[in-house]
Amino acid sequence: MKNVDIAIVGGGPAGLCAAITAADLGAKVILVEQDDALGGQLVKQTHMFFGSEKQHAGTRGIDIGTMLVEQVESNPNIEIMLNATAMGYYPDGVLGINQEENFIKIKPLKMILATGASERMIAFPNNDLPGVFGAGAVQTLMNVYGIKPGKRVLMVGAGNIGLIVSYQLLQAGVEVAAIVEGSPNIGGYLVHASKIRRLGVPVLTSHTILEALGDREVTGAVIAKLDEKWNIIKGTEQTVVVDTICLAVGLTPLTELIDQGGGKLAYIRELSGYVPIHNQELESTVSGIYVAGDLAGVEEASSAMVEGKLAGAVAAKALGYKPKAAEQIIEEAHQELFDLRSGPVGAGIRAGISKLQEVRQRC
Amino acid sequence: MLKRTGVASPEDIKGVTPSLERLSKGPIAIIECFQKIPCNPCYTACPRQAIGKMNDINDKPVIIPENCNGCGICVSRCPGLAIFVVDATYSETEALIKMPWELQPVPQKDSIVKTLNRAGEPVGEGRVVLVQDGRFFDRTKIIHLAVPKQDMMEVRSIERGTFK
Ligand SMILES: Cc1cc2nc3c(=O)[nH]c(=O)nc-3n(C[C@H](O)[C@H](O)[C@H](O)COP(=O)(O)OP(=O)(O)OC[C@H]3O[C@@H](n4cnc5c(N)ncnc54)[C@H](O)[C@@H]3O)c2cc1C
Ligand code: SF4
Ligand code: SF4
Repeated sequence: MKNVDIAIVGGGPAGLCAAITAADLGAKVILVEQDDALGGQLVKQTHMFFGSEKQHAGTRGIDIGTMLVEQVESNPNIEIMLNATAMGYYPDGVLGINQEENFIKIKPLKMILATGASERMIAFPNNDLPGVFGAGAVQTLMNVYGIKPGKRVLMVGAGNIGLIVSYQLLQAGVEVAAIVEGSPNIGGYLVHASKIRRLGVPVLTSHTILEALGDREVTGAVIAKLDEKWNIIKGTEQTVVVDTICLAVGLTPLTELIDQGGGKLAYIRELSGYVPIHNQELESTVSGIYVAGDLAGVEEASSAMVEGKLAGAVAAKALGYKPKAAEQIIEEAHQELFDLRSGPVGAGIRAGISKLQEVRQRC
Repeated sequence: MLKRTGVASPEDIKGVTPSLERLSKGPIAIIECFQKIPCNPCYTACPRQAIGKMNDINDKPVIIPENCNGCGICVSRCPGLAIFVVDATYSETEALIKMPWELQPVPQKDSIVKTLNRAGEPVGEGRVVLVQDGRFFDRTKIIHLAVPKQDMMEVRSIERGTFK
């Protein structure tokens, strides 16, 4: 049994920033990551990030990841566990970890969960054919392993992920036949849409995929136009010849661990599904367990980093580490989050957070 | 229109087109960023305070024409690849466009390339005058493209496959 001040599960931007912040304040931290490298989503993000200087905007995601990982690796207060999956949290306060088939028990005084989110799937005939991918898988293949997923792709979804992955496909030399989006408007940032559009990729809003074609692998897709009520307009069906269909239809928080550990969940559409109920200081309904990043509500790496910092400072402060310095970090983090969420594109997140606070008051 | 297709409308473009008088004085950045998003590296990158103060990170960037000298620093810093520099004084008949480029292949200096508009449709031809690269640009290259003057507010990309 290992004793430690704070155990952090998930080595994405939220977990990394939580670890750095708590360790800098003096806490002893164990960072648990199921993958063989730290970085989470950042390792495959070759594009420059939005946000402000504080969140390293204008720098590529992968370079932000490298920078954070270096800070974590050089911090003597942080122990890193790779290839280590947090399996469960038990009522006696023990976190069970499977590291390369060894079962390891950790007893932390506080815990920060930053497990991120998983990709959604949508239902259509033949969606199980080889050649149908999630956008995250396509990104991992291309940007981590240098493998092209196919020659010609239909992208489903014009949120930021669909737009960015389309652009990265073009960068990898893959053709993008079109991006279809059910909603009448592009959901992602319009600057991302414009940069793909001027390379000749059509963005078909009010369009959906009806089915994938092919016997043993994808050879095409049928798409059609939708009316305002999202009904298919008969006669608008058309076939696009593609060997790959990439789904970028949203993410949903990875709540298994917090759920199993007794944390209450609430369904909040604006935060992308079931999220752990938590307060402004990111503490879940289980005392001493905090949540940060996409797990707390799917948002952005910029906010995930700030939430990580916030959770790290709150947990360290609760253990009595440099309370004054911690308090200052907490205040700054609240301000940064407020700024990031204050504009029109933050409206959904703001609504989601206030719904969550209502639910929390009731339970 | 922009929200449905990703192509800025003529009104959007009119709103960011510099005056003829300003254009006649030399290069200037054109910021085609029409939505309030939490982003401001253009503002923090500009060494000449030529982008109006963004009090709120969600503010849209606005160019201050008298301060901008078209240096192009902001072009390589914008994650949206939404900034272009246009120099209407480049020559008698041609204007120079500086545009960000993150794709392969990278056109060689002096090559003649097919030009594209904001919808990816062909416009005409352009001549690559310079490709800026190097550490400072952090893998976002800047292509300096000479185009017929009348194309300078139309051309926003080049066709891959028209150069090696
Ligand atoms: C294509 C794409 C483009 C994006 N572009 C931007 C952008 O421009 N700007 C921006 O701000 N954001 C962007 N984002 C969003 C950003 O990547 C995410 O919001 C961010 O990574 C969330 O961070 P996180 O730390 O919460 O989760 P993640 O990065 O997902 O990290 C979670 C980590 O937890 C690990 N983990 C999960 N469960 C366990 C377990 N049980 N045990 C151990 N480890 C576990 C995972 O392996 C993973 O490493 C983009 C996302 C995508 C997919
Ligand atoms: S071109 Fe140069 S001077 Fe003009 S806004 Fe950009 S960085 Fe500033
Ligand atoms: S850096 Fe680019 S995308 Fe960001 S606000 Fe400035 S112009 Fe818009």
